[in-house]
Amino acid sequence: MSEAGKVWALHLGLLGLLFALQFVLPAYHHGNLARVMVLASFAVGYNLMFGYTGLLSLGHAMFFAAGMYGMGLAMRHLGWTPGPALIAGVLSGVVLALVVGALALRTVGVGFMIVTLMFAQAVYLVALYFGEWTRGDEGFVIQQAERVMMGLDLSQPGPRYFVAFVLFSACMLLSLRVMQSGFGKVLIAIRENEERARMLGYNVFRHKLGAVALSGGIAAAAGAFYGLLFGYVGATFATTQYSILPLLWVLLGGAGTILGPFVGTLFAFYLIDISSGFTTAHMLVVGVVLVALALFARQGIVGELRARLWRWLP
Amino acid sequence: MSLLSTQGLTKAFGGLTAVSDVDFELPQGEIRALIGPNGAGKTTFVGLLCGRMAPSAGTVRFDGQDISRLAAHERIRLGIAYTFQITSVFARLSAHENVALAVRRRGGDAVREVPEALQRVGLRDRAGDLAGDLSYGHQRLLEIAMGLAQKPRLLILDEPTQGLADSEIDAFCALVRGLAPETTVLLIEHNMSVVMRVAQKITVLNFGAVLAEGAPEVVQADPAVQAAYLGGVEA
Amino acid sequence: MDFGAHLLLASLEGAVTAAVLTLTALGLSLVFGIMRVVNVAHGEFYMLGAVIAWFVATSLGGHPALGFMAALVVAPVLVGLLAAAADVTLLKRVDYDPERTIVVTIGLLYIIQQVALMTYGPEARPVQEPFNHRIMLPLFSWQDGFYFPSGWGAPSTTSYKLFVIGSAAAVLLGVWLLMTRTKIGLVMRATQLDREMAQVFGVAVERVYALVFGLGAALAALGAVLVVPIQQAHYLMGHDPLLLSFIVVIIGGLGSLPGTVLAAVLIGMSDGIISVFFSPTLAKILATLLVALVLVFRPQGLFGTRAA
Ligand SMILES: Nc1ncnc2c1ncn2[C@@H]1O[C@H](COP(=O)(O)OP(=O)(O)OP(=O)(O)O)[C@@H](O)[C@H]1O
Ligand SMILES: [Mg+2]
Repeated sequence: MSEAGKVWALHLGLLGLLFALQFVLPAYHHGNLARVMVLASFAVGYNLMFGYTGLLSLGHAMFFAAGMYGMGLAMRHLGWTPGPALIAGVLSGVVLALVVGALALRTVGVGFMIVTLMFAQAVYLVALYFGEWTRGDEGFVIQQAERVMMGLDLSQPGPRYFVAFVLFSACMLLSLRVMQSGFGKVLIAIRENEERARMLGYNVFRHKLGAVALSGGIAAAAGAFYGLLFGYVGATFATTQYSILPLLWVLLGGAGTILGPFVGTLFAFYLIDISSGFTTAHMLVVGVVLVALALFARQGIVGELRARLWRWLP
Repeated sequence: MSLLSTQGLTKAFGGLTAVSDVDFELPQGEIRALIGPNGAGKTTFVGLLCGRMAPSAGTVRFDGQDISRLAAHERIRLGIAYTFQITSVFARLSAHENVALAVRRRGGDAVREVPEALQRVGLRDRAGDLAGDLSYGHQRLLEIAMGLAQKPRLLILDEPTQGLADSEIDAFCALVRGLAPETTVLLIEHNMSVVMRVAQKITVLNFGAVLAEGAPEVVQADPAVQAAYLGGVEA
Repeated sequence: MDFGAHLLLASLEGAVTAAVLTLTALGLSLVFGIMRVVNVAHGEFYMLGAVIAWFVATSLGGHPALGFMAALVVAPVLVGLLAAAADVTLLKRVDYDPERTIVVTIGLLYIIQQVALMTYGPEARPVQEPFNHRIMLPLFSWQDGFYFPSGWGAPSTTSYKLFVIGSAAAVLLGVWLLMTRTKIGLVMRATQLDREMAQVFGVAVERVYALVFGLGAALAALGAVLVVPIQQAHYLMGHDPLLLSFIVVIIGGLGSLPGTVLAAVLIGMSDGIISVFFSPTLAKILATLLVALVLVFRPQGLFGTRAA
């Protein structure tokens, strides 16, 4: 099989497997996997920026939250139906990403990390400040009756899994296509050697901004769907923790790989899930895994696979 | 007509004036060597030409257009290619992808043109290797291939032969001579035998200013140039 | 209460905030300035200082001043040792690479915080102040000159708050003397200026780093011990000081100690003043945005003048 053939076989194979799993999984894991697919979409967005473009953001929760609030507020206060509300969510994320990107991309390295952290913190505080509309930390519930889209009752496990699956497939295939395109290859070039890319005639700033917008848009889509599928919108999702989690997922699964975000999210989700059975301090696991990854496995699971076995993995 | 010209081009780093009030003309199709002792300001000068840094004063014109205010990537897009003195390739990408990035930027067909460009520098059979795994000399050749692949109108080479074997230097000289007259070449070079073999004209930079300019034989015989080089060696 | 009284009170509250913030931010600034790494776990060292202070104070018994004074010594030393150990075992292993260091310190953040949750628990607990007298404050008016208003709303502070301000000033002076007048300070500054060069001249850079990382954390812990009689110890209390310290260090110019102190006083004071007159959330929004914009538009002045 050609390399391109192998790539498609592997990725479509994974999607096929995820699709099939919904018919066999027990209810508990069925629900978990739906959640993991939405969160993995978030990680896919994060990975485009961090893994492929080399931009470490410490504030991606703001895009996730922008999508969630864009969707949720439109439904709650404007009475929009899920379809347009989702679009509003994604657009909020893209606009926010363009604004933050245009400013933050003037900095590099540690500066970029802190600027994104600060903007995310400001977004979180704004959500608290306008508590009258957002209900702040407490958040608000989207009523079951409103969560019907194209005849699918999203409060039911079956449709919820299906929609999560469609979202994840779209995000993953989009990221695969982007990284196979000339644009994506320039992003990698920028990650590898920004000055050389510039001196080949590429507009580095535009490409980075494109990556931020795309990444923020995907994160926002994940946030919007998360709110809709699970019926809750709250400021918790704008906290720093939700900026750290995608970093963890991507590092764990393998930064700069297409499958890494999903693998990492799945692993981390069950790791935390299992450890919460023993202790309330389940974030301890997150800390230990982060330290261990930085020390011992910088490439993550799929990255190690690529380095050792399958060099053709995108 | 001049493809490239500068007027009063100056660059100061704090108190140090690395390039000082340089007026420079490079006619279309010429192969020009830019020489001078270490620290004379050659790299800084070409850095100003292609926009890697902003000048303290002066203008740069390319093909009749004032490009002083253009960003580096915009100048490259006008047809200037630049190879770094300190090797700068995409170390974790394949040699093929390194060149492909150069080809794709101008909308070229990577499948056809990349092997061609690699062939010209003798790296065709290394296409699949990671650039970082190539020997130092081969990385320099890869840089030249990336420059060629851009099909530039002006090719700026900053000490390209450093680290090349003698046979590779011969091939390089032939390659550069073959570029004219479609491509204008500005070549920074310490190896005088290379300069004498390929350059039609030489510009000598010393302490950031033009010390001499003219035909190779004339410049080589110029006592001021010899003094500058000897002084440079002593210092 | 009239405006003057409000302002005076707010400035005093601000001065207390500023005092604690100065110590905490100074720790972060030292670490960034000398080691050129961002310690995201800095707030957790602060929290740890407060929690250890509670353990020490409650297990010692006797007069509250005894426990508190013991905590004032024990907490910073323990936290400093812990941080130095983390430096040697973790940060050194990732070569102080900026990205990997961030990941490691984020990991540390969760580890310290969650271990505190498991051992100390989720409650907020106070430490009793060593002494506490109400001190009436004079006001000034054009008719009467300085006078002491009486009755409800008369402005007052406590001796403990003045003690916090005084101690912070003393520690600050100590750090300044350490940096400028001692051999170890010289070595630290040399390392900050040029790590390779310092190494060439025989500075044991690794030991300097461990020392600086420990000292930075100890300063945060010290700030926390001072604040814990006013604010109570809680396992999540490290978050705000971390953000505020970031803000201070960035505004003041990363690695510049005088800049850090100036910014801490400015921000601590304004934080206190703004929170009295506006919603604190709004104040925080403005502060975080300000920092982001400073970093964007004046990065060169903030990361020191010399390129790393
Ligand atoms: N970014 C910079 N900051 C400060 N000084 C610089 C900088 N770049 C170059 N210089 C100084 O400017 C002068 C000219 O340097 P440049 O690299 O242009 O010389 P060169 O002619 O290319 O030398 P070489 O033959 O060694 O490559 C030198 O004294 C150098 O130290
Ligand atoms: Mg040079």
